[in-house]
Amino acid sequence: MPKPFTPKVVTANALLEGDVIYQTAAGWSRDLKDAEILTDEAHADLRMIEASAQVDLVVGVYLADVSLDGDTPRPTHFREDFRATGPSNYVHGKQEHI
Amino acid sequence: MYSYTEFDHAFLAERNAQFRGQVERRIDGSLTEDEFKPLRLMNGLYLQLHAYMLRVAIPYGTLNSRQMEKLAEISERWDKGYGHFTTRQNIQYNWPQLRDVPDMLDALAEVNLHAIQTSGNTIRNVTADHFAGAAADEVADPRPVAELIRQWSTDHPEFQFLPRKFKVAVTGDTADRAVIKAHDIGLRIVKRGEEIGYEVIVGGGLGRTPMIGKVLYEFVSQEDLLPTLEAIVSVYNLLGRRDNKYKARIKITVHENGIEDIRQRVNERYALIRPQFTGVDQQMLARIEADFGAPEFKSADQTPYLNAYDQDPLFRSWADTNLTAHRNPEYAIVSISLKAHGKTPGDATGRQMRLMAALAKRYGHDELRISHEQNVILPHVHRGDLPSVYYALKAEGLGTANIGLISDIIACPGMDYCALATARSIPIAQEIATRFDELKLEHDVGPLKIKISGCINACGHHHVGHIGILGLDRAGVENYQITLGGDGTEDATIGERAGPGFSADEIIPAVERVVLAYLDLRNDPAETFLQTYRRLGLAPFKAALYPQVAGKESRANAA
Repeated sequence: MPKPFTPKVVTANALLEGDVIYQTAAGWSRDLKDAEILTDEAHADLRMIEASAQVDLVVGVYLADVSLDGDTPRPTHFREDFRATGPSNYVHGKQEHI
Repeated sequence: MYSYTEFDHAFLAERNAQFRGQVERRIDGSLTEDEFKPLRLMNGLYLQLHAYMLRVAIPYGTLNSRQMEKLAEISERWDKGYGHFTTRQNIQYNWPQLRDVPDMLDALAEVNLHAIQTSGNTIRNVTADHFAGAAADEVADPRPVAELIRQWSTDHPEFQFLPRKFKVAVTGDTADRAVIKAHDIGLRIVKRGEEIGYEVIVGGGLGRTPMIGKVLYEFVSQEDLLPTLEAIVSVYNLLGRRDNKYKARIKITVHENGIEDIRQRVNERYALIRPQFTGVDQQMLARIEADFGAPEFKSADQTPYLNAYDQDPLFRSWADTNLTAHRNPEYAIVSISLKAHGKTPGDATGRQMRLMAALAKRYGHDELRISHEQNVILPHVHRGDLPSVYYALKAEGLGTANIGLISDIIACPGMDYCALATARSIPIAQEIATRFDELKLEHDVGPLKIKISGCINACGHHHVGHIGILGLDRAGVENYQITLGGDGTEDATIGERAGPGFSADEIIPAVERVVLAYLDLRNDPAETFLQTYRRLGLAPFKAALYPQVAGKESRANAA
């Protein structure tokens, strides 16, 4: 039995700033809640290929698992949680703007 | 301090110009990330979890005030106003932007600092005893030879693509404050009669397979040191396990081949290359040694120190904890704690860095050191100036009296920053420090080293912590394993794993139980945690850590 495909988002780091970013339907966002949610494996593969081709914008593209809170994606692993919010020792990562 | 030559300046300028071009070509798309990554790593630039990170070498942990001021300026101009001092005596900037890094490197070069070989499979920043040149019982200052090794290893054509990274540490004292037995090569300056030489230890290291280094040579003369080092690294370069990243460090090479085999191979290689060392390195060492002459110590009134010691209990506590005997009895070595309770171990703001620079300039013969324990040292302060230094430090949050105590924790950046980490380290350190500050037990507990790593690579030296904590990912949850009885000194020991790990919520109470057990178990307040552990072994501490298991076993034995 193939493993069922669970919801994912395409994520990477921005080339210039190094910030964690998420692929949206139209481009990239620093905010996970803007991310395009991928529920179909073939579509996810296609979006990964498109994202990976943007070598002058992004570094280290991969698919990250998310759970859905309504339409809002939530990280399923603590690493992705920290990536989405920033480090926990100072309020100076993304949490400054959340 | 070593005086940089025109050659050194030209070398840095050329390297930085080269990297500036590489950054431009990455940004305009001429270079792919696969092409650019090894180039940026050769210049200390990583891409971490949330941002780029620039790792800057502080050779053998030595800085002058101008260099510290420059580190502060860089933190404020191109980062978020702080820097993170590491166990490798480096400083890391956690938030640089790619376009700014060439300017940061140029700013560093203005004060003879750089980020070369702070990454990659090459000989990394040479580290040394942070009390070098000041300790009361030092055989010789280890910094001149560390500088010689730095010059020999920088851009050494044979050693740019070793099987893995390679770390060298030097101490000039019988007391080991440089953790030399946990380095690829550890050097201890020793005397044979009146002759200065080196005990050479190889194959130590922490990480996935922690090992204590083995003595390769008990005495190598000064003129034979560089050819010996070259022979060792050359043998490792040939024998090291390039087939398996996890078995590639020299500790595995030594373990798999045996120290006798390694010694024989090094001897053979040494015989071949020795004639190439014609003595120029010794001329260079003599010049370097002249640069590291002792400052002109003053003789002055010590009354201000004695008065403050008598009248201010906070000053007395700080003096008892943060000062170390200097070779000149009128002077003291000041350890400035970067471990204020609840703060991030090793972080200093730009403002704090400027203050430490100013104090070094005014009271400390313009010298600062970074310790592998992530603190800053003023190695030469006259006792009469200590109250002025203390009150200035205290006003900027740098007066914590906890050097060597339970809250003086080494913690790697962990998953708050590091892309390799499997769990966070910093919040655990913050919570332990805060908890024991609340309990007001820190000074009663006395010397106790807690070291925390956020992954198996052990950048937080947890294996040699009296209490070591290793953060792991267990089924998507942060989990913390405890090791006990580790020691990073001349009696280096790898700690024993106590048992199953603890969740993030459980780890602080678990550490508290171990420490309270020690207070019950010690013979008297003079017996340190490590001495008690060595006397009694793991069992009573394990019982404290896992009371339910201990209770069950006790009931089973009674039945």
